[in-house]
Amino acid sequence: MGKQLAKVVGILIVALALCVSVVAKAADAPAIKVGAIFAVTGGAANLGGPEKKTAEMLVEKINKEGGVNGQKIELIVKDSGTKPENAISMAKQLIEEDKVLAIIGPSTSGETMAIKNICQESKTILISCAAAEDIVNPVASYVFKTPQKDSDAVRRIFQVMKAKGITKIGVITSNDGFGMAGGKQLANLANLAGITIAISEAYDKQETDLTGVLTKVKGQDVNAVVNWSIVPAQSLVAKNMKQIGLNVPLFQSHGFGNIKYVQEGGEAANGTIFPCGRLLIAEILPDNNPQKKLLLGYKKDYESQYKEDASTFGGHAYDALLILVEGIKKAKSTDKEKVREAIENIKGLVGTAGIFNFSSQDHNGLGMDAFEMLTVKDGKFVIYKN
Amino acid sequence: MNLPQVVQYCFAGVTVGSIYAIVAIGFNIIYNTTGIINFAQGEFLIVGAMLAISFNHFVPLPVAIFLAVVVTTIIGGLVEIVFIRQVRNASVLRLIVITIGISILMREAMLHIWDEKVRSLPYFTGTGVSTVTILGAHISPQVLWVLGVSTIIVMGLTPFFRFTLTGRAMRACADDRMAARLCGINDRWMVTLSFMLSAGIGALAGCVISPVTQTQYDMGASLAIKGFTVAILGGLGNSMAAVAAGLMLGLIEALVMSQFDVAYKEAVSIVILLLILVFRPSGLFGKREIAAMRAL
Amino acid sequence: MTHFRRYIPVIAVAIGVIILQVVLSGTRSTYYMTQITMSAYYALVVIGLCLLMGYAGQISLGHAGFFAIGGYTTAVLTTFNLMAYRDTPLVSLCRSLGVLVQRQDIYGADILAFSPWPAFVVAILLTVIIAFMIGLPVIRLKGHYMAMASLGFGLIIYRIVLGGRIFGQADGVSNVPPFTIIAGLEVNGRAAFRIESYYIAWFVVLAAMVLAINLVHSRVGRALRSIHENEEAAHSLGVNTYCYKLLVFVLSAIFAAVGGILLTHYNGSIGPSEVTVMKSVRYLVIVAVGGMANLWGALFMGVLLNFLSLRGVFGSYDDAVFAIILIAIMLFAPQGLLRLPKFRKVTSSPRRANG
Repeated sequence: MGKQLAKVVGILIVALALCVSVVAKAADAPAIKVGAIFAVTGGAANLGGPEKKTAEMLVEKINKEGGVNGQKIELIVKDSGTKPENAISMAKQLIEEDKVLAIIGPSTSGETMAIKNICQESKTILISCAAAEDIVNPVASYVFKTPQKDSDAVRRIFQVMKAKGITKIGVITSNDGFGMAGGKQLANLANLAGITIAISEAYDKQETDLTGVLTKVKGQDVNAVVNWSIVPAQSLVAKNMKQIGLNVPLFQSHGFGNIKYVQEGGEAANGTIFPCGRLLIAEILPDNNPQKKLLLGYKKDYESQYKEDASTFGGHAYDALLILVEGIKKAKSTDKEKVREAIENIKGLVGTAGIFNFSSQDHNGLGMDAFEMLTVKDGKFVIYKN
Repeated sequence: MNLPQVVQYCFAGVTVGSIYAIVAIGFNIIYNTTGIINFAQGEFLIVGAMLAISFNHFVPLPVAIFLAVVVTTIIGGLVEIVFIRQVRNASVLRLIVITIGISILMREAMLHIWDEKVRSLPYFTGTGVSTVTILGAHISPQVLWVLGVSTIIVMGLTPFFRFTLTGRAMRACADDRMAARLCGINDRWMVTLSFMLSAGIGALAGCVISPVTQTQYDMGASLAIKGFTVAILGGLGNSMAAVAAGLMLGLIEALVMSQFDVAYKEAVSIVILLLILVFRPSGLFGKREIAAMRAL
Repeated sequence: MTHFRRYIPVIAVAIGVIILQVVLSGTRSTYYMTQITMSAYYALVVIGLCLLMGYAGQISLGHAGFFAIGGYTTAVLTTFNLMAYRDTPLVSLCRSLGVLVQRQDIYGADILAFSPWPAFVVAILLTVIIAFMIGLPVIRLKGHYMAMASLGFGLIIYRIVLGGRIFGQADGVSNVPPFTIIAGLEVNGRAAFRIESYYIAWFVVLAAMVLAINLVHSRVGRALRSIHENEEAAHSLGVNTYCYKLLVFVLSAIFAAVGGILLTHYNGSIGPSEVTVMKSVRYLVIVAVGGMANLWGALFMGVLLNFLSLRGVFGSYDDAVFAIILIAIMLFAPQGLLRLPKFRKVTSSPRRANG
């Protein structure tokens, strides 16, 4: 009787030990390494700052909820200082030393183009938060991007202009990558839309006064002005236009996506029309809008954690992580090729910038409907209605 | 181009020119006393504006500006005492290099204290959409404020340096520090005073241009470059000339913009700087011998 | 060979480089070579600047401009597609001279562009011409006027590359091909070429150091040191101060340009960020820290600081770190950190009255 009892106890103990070791092993499942290169300092700090904060916040949330396929995500963030040479060095570090599955970012087009080949050749997934069309055109199988297309933004703007009967416009852009890319799209698509660009000028992104440029534009008797830049010029343009008496509609790019720019522009910002992701007007979306829940959730989390307004730029990092996680889930593995293929087959994924539908030809996944046309009324963003 | 267009371009030129001039005035004060070019001058402007913007949340605008000027003046004095005064074997070159370091440090400090967002002070009169109409062209009233404040500062400084004892003592230090000391002038205190004065005036300048240019942590460097271009153009040390040179440069830039691609405007000011340095370093209004004496 | 003593550090460093490579390969951590190689190319700029600042006593706040001239020239020449112009006389001439090469870009399209060696030659020639043209008027300026002028030069180059369509404007030039030095030896950023690139970079750096050391110990070097000590005395002794300063200026420009060319091929791209004022200031900080007239100090600091910066060790405080180092050095050790007696013997600079 004693011997049998001892045997049973012994088996129970071994079984218990096995259970414990299995559970312990599962808890120790290797983390999924994900790299991120953001321009937290330097010229694109207003892009990289929110991107970094968003990425860290989202990874924390995902890990708290159990990770992906039972594995936690380890996010390794590097600050490139908006320098492509730093991005190159850091990309190589992340790929060769940290052996990451994927890299999120960088924040600017120049940096992304500098590391595009490196990621493609080392078969590391790159999900960029930069806007240039060159990033996904021509398509490199491992390279994706999350911001909406500049060309779609331009098309939406021209649509509104046609409806308003505007035919002659003046275009001013900043001389950074974003501004120049926008200027190019505007020039390319104007004829098709029946719009004449009477004047197109590029100003320095750090310009402290735009009355000179706008005087030149005023001299061309335009029906509307399009400004393609990020801060600080966006707010300055609105004010300067009113100050020199250029009272025509002002259209801006989707870089206008932060309420702070409206506050900075003050009264002059009222009436600005621009395409934007729906994050900024999440509250007033109809309840059946598929993006509403995600957007409100992101906004609430970001603003309560960081005590600053959410911007669409941070949303690009959010989407990048979402896409990667979805790819890992679908592939049920962390094999680079399998995850890449899974990402290419993602359809209908709700993100902050829009609803993503990827394919082997389309590594951006967003179309014109990702944008909502917004305008500013009494210092707030509202949906633009003709 | 019709008259209103021309006047409008002139206004654009005057707007930027007045900004350049008010930065240059700050350079000249320190140069007049020490012979060094303070690369951190731009940062004094931005610090002053940032402080005023923060203070403005608690106190009315004039008080906020006053406080900002006071605090920046103290910062200027501290900068001198902690950094400049400690440099042994102070050659002009070494001091210039240190001011570069101080400029970067101040900029990074501002980034971490205030973050990268763009801010501005409220307009002194009116709002962002107010305009004043002259000869058919429009200008923001704030630009008139910039011009007004620059004029008052220059009108105050010129007699200060020419007639008051302190002012002349400061100029004596720049000419020959040993001789000044032998005359009983406390040269070290004069240098500190010059930094404090430059910082305070810089802060005031920063506040008055803030509504026009908006304020961001990294604007100091580009302001400084334009500022000393104008200071050299007018003749280092001469504040009235700086105002004239500033307005002139602003008008030239506006002219270039009206006829050519806007992108060439930046190149113009750099080319002018290089030409002046090579052909007439004493500046348009400076005396040749002074430049030769000053240069070390 | 009685002067063999002065080359001892060269041999020492060469041996150190080899040992480092063996150690890294042995511990399977050759990835550090990426940042070491990049830093070595930046160090070329620093060596040239050290000659200019330490020995010729001229300050330059725009030396990144020469780096950019070298880098951008080779980038544009090796990537600009001349296919559409292949039958124009100029291009046909180039083809017959054998300076062009037809290759496929990464997307499979055919392009016709310069091959790296001719591009290199053109870049260096351009650098020499521009350095000469800038140096002629600027060298005779004194003190802070020269500082301003060099700053102005750097700014102009920045504006040109930022605004010029052919330079890719804000995005810069990418898809720059590797530099085939001779058959089988390339400057190539790919992981497989790591060790090769590492040795090429160090070979170039040590060759530059040998050149610099020879210069310092030659008649030119002695003349320069005499100018640095007391320009008027040197002038009165018949030393042609102007010519020597100009020579060093052009030479330092060439060093910077070579660094720019090789790093551009290593990285496969170049952008306006390489020619900002902050970059020029960084080079200045490194020379100041290493010791104004201390070539080895400058090299060591150049590699160390750039290595750390490229790896992101300073995080978001990168610029602040350089600023603090600069101020600290100016305040506490104006002659530089590495002015130890041992090093002084090595560089054989004369005893200074105020040193």
